[in-house]
Amino acid sequence: MSTPALEFNDLQLAYMVRGQAREVLRGVSFAVQPGETYGLVGESGCGKSTAAYTAVRYLPTNARILGGDVHLAGRDILSLDKKELQNLRANDVSIVYQDPGQALNPTIKVGLQLMEAYQLLGQSKHDALTNSREILRKVQIADPESVLGRYPHQLSGGMQQRVVIAMALACNPQLIILDEPTTGLDATVEAEVLDLIRGLRDEFGTSVLFISHNLGAIRAMCDRVGVLYAGKLVEEGRAQDVFDNPQHPYTVGLLRCLPRHGSRKSAQRLETIPGFQPLLGAPLPACVFVDRCPLATEKCRSVAPEWTQLGGRKVRCHHVDRVHELVSSALPEGTPSTVDRSSTPMLVLDGVSKTFHQGGQAIKAVRDVSLELFAGETLGLVGESGSGKTTLAHTVLGIHAPDQANTITFDGKNLKPGTRKRPADQVRGIQIIFQNPDSALNRRHSVRRIIGRSLRRLAQLPHSEVDGALQEITASVRLTERHLDMRPSQLSGGLKQRVAIARAFAGHPRIVVCDEPTSSLDVSVQAAILNLLGDLQHDRDTSYLFISHDLRVVRYLSDRIAVLYLGRIMELGPAERVFDGPHHPYTEALLSAAPSVDGDTRERIRLDGEIPSAVNQPSGCVFHTRCPRRLEGDLCSTVEPPLTPTPDGGVIRCHIPFDQLGGQPVALRS
Amino acid sequence: MARYVLRRLGLAVITLFILSIVVFTVSAVLPGSVGRAILGPFADKRSVDQLNNELGVNGPLVNRYFRWVSHAVRGDFGNSYKYKSPVMDFVSKALTSSLKLALLTLVIVVPLGVIGGTIAALRQGKALDRIITITGLSLAVTPEFVIGIVLILVFPVKLGWLPSGGSPKGAVLDQLKTMLLPALTLTAILFGYLSRMARAGAIEALNSDYTRTATLKGLPRHVVLRRHVMRNSLLPTIAVIASQMSYLLGGLLVTETLFNFRGLGLLVADAARGKDIPMLMGAVFIVGALAMTMSLLADLLIAWLNPRVRLGAKQ
Repeated sequence: MSTPALEFNDLQLAYMVRGQAREVLRGVSFAVQPGETYGLVGESGCGKSTAAYTAVRYLPTNARILGGDVHLAGRDILSLDKKELQNLRANDVSIVYQDPGQALNPTIKVGLQLMEAYQLLGQSKHDALTNSREILRKVQIADPESVLGRYPHQLSGGMQQRVVIAMALACNPQLIILDEPTTGLDATVEAEVLDLIRGLRDEFGTSVLFISHNLGAIRAMCDRVGVLYAGKLVEEGRAQDVFDNPQHPYTVGLLRCLPRHGSRKSAQRLETIPGFQPLLGAPLPACVFVDRCPLATEKCRSVAPEWTQLGGRKVRCHHVDRVHELVSSALPEGTPSTVDRSSTPMLVLDGVSKTFHQGGQAIKAVRDVSLELFAGETLGLVGESGSGKTTLAHTVLGIHAPDQANTITFDGKNLKPGTRKRPADQVRGIQIIFQNPDSALNRRHSVRRIIGRSLRRLAQLPHSEVDGALQEITASVRLTERHLDMRPSQLSGGLKQRVAIARAFAGHPRIVVCDEPTSSLDVSVQAAILNLLGDLQHDRDTSYLFISHDLRVVRYLSDRIAVLYLGRIMELGPAERVFDGPHHPYTEALLSAAPSVDGDTRERIRLDGEIPSAVNQPSGCVFHTRCPRRLEGDLCSTVEPPLTPTPDGGVIRCHIPFDQLGGQPVALRS
Repeated sequence: MARYVLRRLGLAVITLFILSIVVFTVSAVLPGSVGRAILGPFADKRSVDQLNNELGVNGPLVNRYFRWVSHAVRGDFGNSYKYKSPVMDFVSKALTSSLKLALLTLVIVVPLGVIGGTIAALRQGKALDRIITITGLSLAVTPEFVIGIVLILVFPVKLGWLPSGGSPKGAVLDQLKTMLLPALTLTAILFGYLSRMARAGAIEALNSDYTRTATLKGLPRHVVLRRHVMRNSLLPTIAVIASQMSYLLGGLLVTETLFNFRGLGLLVADAARGKDIPMLMGAVFIVGALAMTMSLLADLLIAWLNPRVRLGAKQ
């Protein structure tokens, strides 16, 4: 076998915290072969990013290598001197990470930053410019000349990531490390970036180390994967084998936390992995997963499991022969949906528009949206960034005032624009759960104080009753007494989100806006939060406006789904129909963009270009500039299609008759 | 950018207008008759009235304001009561001296502050960082008269190296010698602010993703620092320099008095003491206008350096 592009040999790495070594990587070994794409998966804190930065020796000053070595292109990178390391970075390895907007220097033109990489290789200015132009073409940027002359902030997120990838390719490296390269990008853009990376990898024969929490993306990209848990690899094998037939209890659990196979809250609860990943540097039992493993025995506590070889793959578990017991265990029952659609809707939007005025321009964020939300129902809001879903939710909450008054009715009464103008019961009646509980909770207050304040202010309970209510609400979000005196910073992401949920539910709201409530959480935590939201809805008959870019999550929790594009409803209907078809061409494209953990066999529907600006919206159907099914002639580009009712009580905005729309369940099916 | 410049200029004109009203109003409501103040308590009422008429301090307030403004825009602030000659001559002389002092101070403090701050950032948490930070802070909180007096005691009095005060005159070298101590006093005060800003800016830039990108691209350390770190860390520092410019120009009072340096600060102090109203108005107005011009220039410089402002950020 030829020399691997990257090889970790029993690497042990610790961070020094107050003079104590906290182990992050506890003997990690793996190799990325030439031309291979290797994926590292695992939840936050498992050490996957540390592994990535160890490969380029870019570590914080408190990092200590305790043992083992790392070879990149055959060289021991831990023994290189400064100059050699710099050469290695310039010639042999590149790294792309999340948030491309931050990765580019805001004060230097894209062209100069790109040329820098070539000039570093000793090229003249002229050659560097020619090559920069060429590489931008390779990453499918149509107009390299204009992009070279722009600053990073003048490019969209997808374009920025293309530029970063181009920069990474400039030195024609043997290895590219991709650390969450598509996190934060829209599904459609993510799909394009992944396609691009795949194409370039095949063209250049580059090896890739791919790190992502998005298991679908890993499945779509990687030849082999390694599953990392608490700084130790627990399973490794071909991507297909590991995802389709996981053999380690942790991998099994991880995959079953995901809402898959079109699962719905009404059918089954999501499985979770009980307990928590051990903290950094915590003393570990013999098997790292033993405390959370349903198969654990005495042996797992006393003898550390070595690799068990299973024909081309390996698992670090004593009980490989018993893993099938896990797989066959039945999923717990879900909570049947009890939405009464003949009752008066809880929320009615009747032609709501929201226009922002900025610098003399009118930004039409939401256009003429009409919908109903019933008690106990979840309405999913789906669309790319810029589709107006958050603006719409904020308008309902009273953060923005709609263009026309009296277009929103809540519980039979007109909803005033602006929270300050609303009576207390309306404010209490509509609450929100934010994406990031870190910034939503006051870090100086204890959990008791945060929830207690909501009980006093929202539920307007007298002091004597606050304690009782506090116990009750805390129990219903599965927090314990012990958590009450902690501050948010002492809690994990999932626990923080529970506090945020308790806060939102304190005043017995009728409607809760969930704005990406699980997108900053790990999959096992996400599953627990989704179960909790399902339970609370069932117990309290609360309605949700649910925003998420993860379509599986939306499908799991939603009864009906509204698909938005440029502030308009393109389609609204029951969740199953919207997902399984017939659906709007935009919905179809959106669904096909999301990579699936179950492997992609279908062709992805490509959308040309990016979502147009909300200032200069296209004429006719706003989607016609990107629509793969645009009709011959100029009907689509001149006449905006009306919202046509569908047999299932929904609406679709398309000139193509309902029965001729895509009937294939394009994605998330399997 | 053009839009931004226009808006900023419009704002400057309005500020100037408000400044003129404030300066005028304050001087108009000062107690006591001007004529009486000049002629003294024993002059007879007729001559006081006549003098008031001649000085034009009698008519309605609005008329007087417009007369003053229409002269002021032509650079005529009237005659000093005390010296009986045009205010503008004194103001422009004092202004030149003050600007020289300010310039010398900046030439010393800007490189010192920026380099000191950046070094502190690079050695974050280490001894050198502590030394720079603590020195800067201690100097910044020490009153300028203490620093000034210490400097005077050490250099002119003990060592006899430099003059203990006076105004810049004669050969360039002599002028520099005269200005060095006041400039060092001001430097001591400003260094703390400046180095702290430079340090904070550099730390932010050092920890940013684009610095990581640059490093992992394989760029040599000095290129990373020069091209990627310094460029971004200087933005907030310039803002501080700009805001401290007003301090330099307007708040020179103590330092100038201490060193008997005939600049704007001393001029204002003397005019106020001697109830020399036209002189006071002219000097204060010029100081205000100058401070405003400086902050305008600084804002434009920041905008020009920051492409997100220059080209208008995407919403």
